[in-house]
Amino acid sequence: MADFTVSQAEAERLQLQKAIWSARLTRLLWWLAVLAVFVGSLLSLMPIYWMITGSFKIQHDAIAYPPELFPTHPTLQNWEKLLVGMPTLRWLLNSFIAASGVALLGVITSTLAGYAFGKKRFPGQNLLFWLLLLTMMLPKQISLIPLFIMMRDLKWFDTYFALIIPYAAYPFGIFLVKQFMQGIPNDLLDAAKIDGASEFGVFWHVVLPLTKPAVGALAIFAFMFGWNDYIWQLVVTNKQTMLTLPVGVSKLVAGWATIDIGVGMAGATLAFIPMLVIFLLFQDYFVKGITVGAVKG
Amino acid sequence: MTVLAAYPERRRTWWQKIWDARAAYLFILPAYIPFIVFVLYPLINGLRLSFYEAGVNKAKWRFIGFDNFVRLFTRDDVFIIALKNTFLFVLIVVPVVVVISIFLAVIVFPLPRAAQSFVRMSFYMPVVSGGVVLAMVWIWIFNRDFGLLNYLLEIAGFYKLLGIPKIGWLAQTETALLSLAMVVISWSIGQPLILFLAALGNISEELYDAAKIDGASGWQIFWKITLPLLRPTTLFVLVTTTINVFQVFVVVLLMTLGGPANATQTIVYRIYENAFVFYKYGYGAAMGVVLLLIVGSIAYFQFKLLGQEVEY
Repeated sequence: MADFTVSQAEAERLQLQKAIWSARLTRLLWWLAVLAVFVGSLLSLMPIYWMITGSFKIQHDAIAYPPELFPTHPTLQNWEKLLVGMPTLRWLLNSFIAASGVALLGVITSTLAGYAFGKKRFPGQNLLFWLLLLTMMLPKQISLIPLFIMMRDLKWFDTYFALIIPYAAYPFGIFLVKQFMQGIPNDLLDAAKIDGASEFGVFWHVVLPLTKPAVGALAIFAFMFGWNDYIWQLVVTNKQTMLTLPVGVSKLVAGWATIDIGVGMAGATLAFIPMLVIFLLFQDYFVKGITVGAVKG
Repeated sequence: MTVLAAYPERRRTWWQKIWDARAAYLFILPAYIPFIVFVLYPLINGLRLSFYEAGVNKAKWRFIGFDNFVRLFTRDDVFIIALKNTFLFVLIVVPVVVVISIFLAVIVFPLPRAAQSFVRMSFYMPVVSGGVVLAMVWIWIFNRDFGLLNYLLEIAGFYKLLGIPKIGWLAQTETALLSLAMVVISWSIGQPLILFLAALGNISEELYDAAKIDGASGWQIFWKITLPLLRPTTLFVLVTTTINVFQVFVVVLLMTLGGPANATQTIVYRIYENAFVFYKYGYGAAMGVVLLLIVGSIAYFQFKLLGQEVEY
């Protein structure tokens, strides 16, 4: 009997020890995972660090081996070449005009349509909405060529029209606004109508002010889309003064052999900075825009 | 008699309904007119164009039935290579993106807010900077002689360990596609990570508490509670990432031009080259139709799956 209790105590002790070790192991693995996440974060930022520091390196240092982790002879000559010798500032302006135009038109058309889809009932509503969603999901390369030919026939090559007008309808924006407006109580709309507000008055004075977060997210996404829509900008612009910044600086790469790496990096940095500023200023809108569109349909 | 009487009645109410909703139609009009002109019409036109031999001169366009498609699959070796490469690319990138973003989200979620937003910001930064900017930097990083990647691998002992000469990542057929995949992965994690973090935030604490009271281990909680509840988000991420990655283009154009030896040819790069370098609009459009069919059917099946699994 005594033997039995001893061995049971022994077994319990062993089991406890095992549990402690397995908890320690789990903890260790956990901290290793956390470490891996932060190393991953740094790796993710690494190309951006490399680009920015690269823009201050002279060619001799840019192709040095082992590479310089920090520019030892920092120089501004790359930036000077980029900004003085090339129509870079014009490209920057073009990108701003294109992206702002896309954002502005997108906000106007999407809030109006999103309101109708989210707050009204009308025949054909579902069909019209699903048509929008469907084309949003499908690859747009199929319409790329006909759209390109259309621009040619309209003589819109090398104009801001070509960079902006085809994106006047922004299905993602309509979707975003619809999702958001559905959450606004109908009582508010009805009350305004009883007070004699017109159809547009209800939209303008009641619904729109409540939709500001969604409109913010929409404007930012449309701007980012208008800034980074590379393939379209590449095919509809050709004249040096009508290129957008990403297209212009990417052409520096085509002549990689003849141009300084540093100039290319300065160009890439310049194309990155406006997006960075917008991202840092409006981080919450980014998160909102991404999650509204996906979690819960 | 009753039928005849009912018919105009029903018709009238149908028009009545539309007339009553005229305000709604006015609201969608500013979006729907450009949508029809610049999205729907070109889409249909693209389908039409794929049955034509069509070059720069519109007067010479000629209907040729399915000839473009027949040629694509019987006489265009490069397109077949591009097709294979694109599928391979999707098969590499999509699972990696899904697994990494779930891993990151699960590890980061319990950490303090500041740590969480740092990680989120780090992985979203490449999304913000865009493909062109990243492609330009990565060309330099991948360089065999003075690239950062080879330097890091060398000090980590990678080359000594394997006893091989330094790799020219974009210049060798074995590594070129993999290198492009790495770049695309780097900018594909940010968005899913935000989605998974948001989804984790929606899981009720009580579920976890109940599981802990029942003595479930961390692993059990992850496999039995967290992962199943992340399922809708996972499927959404799967669908959108697959669609995006099928359209891989910028990295190819800027980093490899489809080379070396066609190792990085992709469908969209074939479309671009045929339409905008060779001016074969009809042929390029046919490739677009093939891409549409592939992506459309994959998205359809994934959605079917989504519809089955998730109650909206």
